[in-house]
Amino acid sequence: MKLITAIVKPFKLDDVREALSDLGVSGVTVTEVKGFGRQKGHTELYRGAEYVVDFLPKAKIEVAVADQLVSQAVEAITRVANTGKIGDGKIFVTNLEQVVRIRTGETGDEAL
Amino acid sequence: MNYFLKILTLIAISSFAGITFADEAAAVVAPVAQKGDTAWMIVATILVILMSIPGLALFYGGMVRAKNMLSVLMQVFVIFSLMAVLWALYGYSIAFTEGNAFVGGFGKLFLLGITPDSMAATFSKGVYVPEYIYVAFQLTFACITPALIIGAFAERVKFSAILVFMVIWFTFAYLPMAHMVWYWAGPDAYTDASAGETALATAGFLFQKGALDFAGGTVVHINAGIAGLVGCLVIGKRIGYKKESLAPHSVTMTMIGASLLWVGWFGFNVGSNLEANGLSALVFVNTLLASAAATLAWTGAEWVVRGKPSMLGGASGSIAGLVAITPACGWAGPMGSIALGIVVGIVCFWAVTSLKGMIGYDDSLDAFGVHGIGGIIGALGTAVVASPALGGTGVWDYVTNSVAEYSMTTQLISQLWAVGVCIIWSGTVSFIAFKLVDILIGLRVSEEVEREGLDISEHGETAYHH
Repeated sequence: MKLITAIVKPFKLDDVREALSDLGVSGVTVTEVKGFGRQKGHTELYRGAEYVVDFLPKAKIEVAVADQLVSQAVEAITRVANTGKIGDGKIFVTNLEQVVRIRTGETGDEAL
Repeated sequence: MNYFLKILTLIAISSFAGITFADEAAAVVAPVAQKGDTAWMIVATILVILMSIPGLALFYGGMVRAKNMLSVLMQVFVIFSLMAVLWALYGYSIAFTEGNAFVGGFGKLFLLGITPDSMAATFSKGVYVPEYIYVAFQLTFACITPALIIGAFAERVKFSAILVFMVIWFTFAYLPMAHMVWYWAGPDAYTDASAGETALATAGFLFQKGALDFAGGTVVHINAGIAGLVGCLVIGKRIGYKKESLAPHSVTMTMIGASLLWVGWFGFNVGSNLEANGLSALVFVNTLLASAAATLAWTGAEWVVRGKPSMLGGASGSIAGLVAITPACGWAGPMGSIALGIVVGIVCFWAVTSLKGMIGYDDSLDAFGVHGIGGIIGALGTAVVASPALGGTGVWDYVTNSVAEYSMTTQLISQLWAVGVCIIWSGTVSFIAFKLVDILIGLRVSEEVEREGLDISEHGETAYHH
């Protein structure tokens, strides 16, 4: 099992969710986050006072998948979240030791 | 048939009354308020309340950081309530009864002697409004003016210090200025030249100087603007000024507040005519046009100079226009109002985006930049736009009952008197009051409190729960 953490542009969130659903992924966790990468921030001007906004809003998607689905899931996210411009985001894949479904106590792949 | 009988009866009654009371009629003309004027003044008073709460509170609140939102709302809300009570206890009497040229008397302390039948003079001979609604209308002015000041030092002053300062400032700056500019015996006293002179001698100092201030350019805006400037100089800059982001947390709130201020301002300016008549309609048009022109001017200037027309700029422009037309609205013509709006929009844009940075004071929400500067432009501009040669109405002479001959230079000197006295008076009272409060309880919150935000530390609550 792997945990896929994808940071994407907020307006791509729905596309990512649909693409993952099509692969049979049955659940994701989404967080609104801020951060910076190679995409530069922007400046805001309020009555002559200029503020540089370094941290840009992004959506963080966390999804746990079985090993055989990992490459497809990563490919799907990469495909739909891509605009070709700086700031499209990143995907991190990490090993997942254990998963437990709280309601039933199921573990491992069965809990996904 | 019935109709004719009624008319005959009426004629009979009126001629009978005429014969019986002919002698007394000249001596005792009990003034009666018109229902139309009274109804309008009630509505106008409500509109000015709307300007403070929630108008001004939201206009200012949107411009601070989220951690200080409630502190601004609360300051405006409580200052409004505090001033309202003080106005009834002693404010009205000191501002609007006969005394010397600088302050009134104590004859109407606690609103003593005012009854539902008491009348207040308007600007037309023989036309009155109930004194109670005049008290309430003027109360709303006394409430919003101190609340304007807090914009200059938002986000860093103790709530208790603000309240104590406001009591001192209201008593020694607002009340004398209102008396100096607005107190007069009323038009009915001006029966002939000598009676007019006698009446004028009882009026306020700046009224006697011939200064024109229809709805509060000096009393409200310069007065509050100068107090704000002195405040932010005495108190000092916010932590992180020009180093950290102090950006407004909700320009949306500011737009709502500015719009409520704009709507409420029709009560402020048009209500200041105290009657519902043709001049009131002119004041309405002038107020509308000056604000629209100033919005365009500020937006245009910002677009050209800074590259983008911002919502905050548009909202600021509308308020600058309203401030400038306030003293002039009863004497300007519509085109003069547009011209005044354009001038104030550009100058105030320059004042808050450039002048402030050059001098280096932290007027958080530009109480001085908009109300002080805009008020001065309006007060001096009144002398220009009031000129009949430029489409203004000129100034009414209550002795000859006609428009007096108009000299722009003479009027400008009168306006300079008003602006100068207001700057010095408000500046002095404010400086002493700030220093006094600083010694007594301390003006500034601690650095820790300022970092955490005034909402949590001063009021124990937060505006938004994410």
